[in-house]
Amino acid sequence: MELTGAEIVVECLKEEGVEYLFGYPGGAVLHIYDALYKQDHIKHILVRHEQAATHAADGYARSTEKPGVVLVTSGPGATNAITGIATAYMDSIPMVIITGQVPTHAIGSDAFQEVDAVGITRPCVKHNFLVKDVKDLASTIKKAFFIATSGRPGPVVVDVPKDVTAAKTVFEYPKQISLRSYSPVERGHIGQIRRAVKLMLSAKRPMLYTGGGVILGNSAPELTELTRKLGYPITNTLMGLGGYPATDKQFLGMLGMHGTYEANMAMHHCDVLIAIGARFDDRVTGNVKKFCPGAQIVHVDIDPASISKSVRVDVPIVGSVKSVLQDMIRLLDETGEKPDATALAEWWKQIEEWRATDCLKYDRASEIIKPQMVVEKFYELSEGQAFLTSDVGQHQMWAAQFYKFDKPRRWINSGGLGTMGFGLPAAMGVQFAHPDALVGCVTGEGSIQMCIQELSTCLQYRLPIKIINLNNRYLGMVRQWQEFFYQSRYSMSYMEALPDFVKLAEAYGHVGMRIEKPSDVEPAIKEALRLKDRLVFMDFITDQKENVYPMIPAGAGLNEMILV
Amino acid sequence: MRRIISILLENEAGALSRVAGLFSARGYNIESLTVAPTEDPSLSRMTLVTRGSNEILEQITKQLNKLIEVVKLIDLTEGPHIERELLLIKVHAVGDSRNEIKRLADIFRGRIVDVTASTYVIELTGTGEKLDAFIEALSGIRIIETVRSGVSGVSRGEKSLRL
Ligand SMILES: Cc1ncc(C[n+]2csc(CCOP(=O)(O)OP(=O)(O)O)c2C)c(N)n1
Repeated sequence: MELTGAEIVVECLKEEGVEYLFGYPGGAVLHIYDALYKQDHIKHILVRHEQAATHAADGYARSTEKPGVVLVTSGPGATNAITGIATAYMDSIPMVIITGQVPTHAIGSDAFQEVDAVGITRPCVKHNFLVKDVKDLASTIKKAFFIATSGRPGPVVVDVPKDVTAAKTVFEYPKQISLRSYSPVERGHIGQIRRAVKLMLSAKRPMLYTGGGVILGNSAPELTELTRKLGYPITNTLMGLGGYPATDKQFLGMLGMHGTYEANMAMHHCDVLIAIGARFDDRVTGNVKKFCPGAQIVHVDIDPASISKSVRVDVPIVGSVKSVLQDMIRLLDETGEKPDATALAEWWKQIEEWRATDCLKYDRASEIIKPQMVVEKFYELSEGQAFLTSDVGQHQMWAAQFYKFDKPRRWINSGGLGTMGFGLPAAMGVQFAHPDALVGCVTGEGSIQMCIQELSTCLQYRLPIKIINLNNRYLGMVRQWQEFFYQSRYSMSYMEALPDFVKLAEAYGHVGMRIEKPSDVEPAIKEALRLKDRLVFMDFITDQKENVYPMIPAGAGLNEMILV
Repeated sequence: MRRIISILLENEAGALSRVAGLFSARGYNIESLTVAPTEDPSLSRMTLVTRGSNEILEQITKQLNKLIEVVKLIDLTEGPHIERELLLIKVHAVGDSRNEIKRLADIFRGRIVDVTASTYVIELTGTGEKLDAFIEALSGIRIIETVRSGVSGVSRGEKSLRL
């Protein structure tokens, strides 16, 4: 039987097992919306801005092992989606974005709502396609899902002209697809892995440094097993939190610009660094010239281009994190050799001294609400079981520092692009994926206003997200840099004319709370958690001048932290 | 260091802009770039000349390999290879200089392919260096137009870039 292109799009999504489609309609995709109307397998979620559709799909993907799927119209629909696509690209999140396009005959004529979606998204996608013939539609969508979810994942855009969605052809969904030019490696080179294991066992001051690749590669159990077997200290990047249980004593906390003293010092002084699914981002390495000066480095990554990009490594291993970790564990068991216990005890002694600095301390007796305390309380009261999204700024760092993630895919934030406005729509995606789970969104009064319109979506779908607004009346992270590096010239970092967030939440049909005293923090969170089926917007009026510590200033090494 | 990278590319709309976009987005330098279909109509062959440190060149080849449309690539400069570029140069040719130009073209094994009362067009192939040397040798002559094709290349002997 012949189907229209629009029906084929829907059938393909069904074949891919797509549960939710985040989108916003418009002229170029009307045929597809009509096809969606006539079925009830795929639930379409109507957001209030296309940026939010991409972030929601992204949050869905990050909190599950599935790709996020987006549908937007041509022109402004596609351009509004760009920020979310770039956000997903930077963090390697599997996503398929279907953009409408003007009819093929009108392409290139500056037609109404025409934008070169393939051109404009090219630098921020793993791959993209323009489908010019309905006969190619099904196989292209198949390729898109395959590319998005395999190897180093990423967003893939499929641009579909309106006439292609009207044209008919016989529908056949390819069972399998192979691309001669794309075959991501799976297993790592066993000789290299053997070399790595040998080096790891010879270490006197070993350090494990792991990132988002562990989460994306679903290899937290293997990482935990390996780390426990070795007894080595471990740190996670901002993207890697939850890859190893944060409450475990081998965990030194996050590293990098706002990482813990113990994690950064252990990095700086280690003699063997084992980097797994992490990409030596500049927020992690600080000054690369001063990075891990005495260390031999093992680097496991699925993307060969990540290896030796900014820091040269000694033992590169290209492969999926999961399979390489499994091989490492197996080889360790086979050799029967054990790490040097005396050296390791010495190393741990040193680390415990660093840890004793208590670098995350803050004034717990403060009369004004300390933002750290809010996150800590939320952690306690949610018993560490929440999914937590965040926006970008100081609150993001405090969330990362003070919420201890024991499980992967619980901490959802825009690490690579640093996109303000990510938190709330991402939380929507998470809540759709986990309807019964507690989903929190730690945000700031600056960030939350970048996608605040989504409060309306949250009402429509009754998403009981708990918004934790750390309201310091400043673009806090900007203010902190201005304080440190621009002699406190607070240029445009004060947030004036803020809305009354309580009334705003209420106007959108939600519960709003303003919390101004430290003693009210706990009761407020308890109350919010009690309101299981309501979105609660908690507006915490926090200390305006609190800074995120420790901090590594630009150009410094990991051992040159500013402490409280 | 100067490198000649040969690439087999899916012969698809947009593949070229993906390669060009990669170079501009990551700030790599392109000295020349040529592309044309091969005997297999589904494949194009691209030759790209670039410069950079070893680290950058390693990144360039890795990033190119990551592009979905890049099927295969080699760095020709890693082994013995043949490098050729075509030059078409239109020069002002009057009086004594006509002979002089003819003589130079012969020395460089070039051919005069178009003649008018006041101009010659000379065709010359060779390595980029040879073409540079020829242009250099024409120093006294007024050059009207220089057209260079960009470098093409192939490895010597058994080694080849094919599927
Ligand atoms: C879309 C976007 N614009 C600008 C920035 C730069 N930026 C980074 S943090 C920050 C301040 C965020 O303020 P707020 O959301 O109130 O959080 P706080 O730092 O106060 O916790 C800004 C403006 C950004 N990351 N994203």
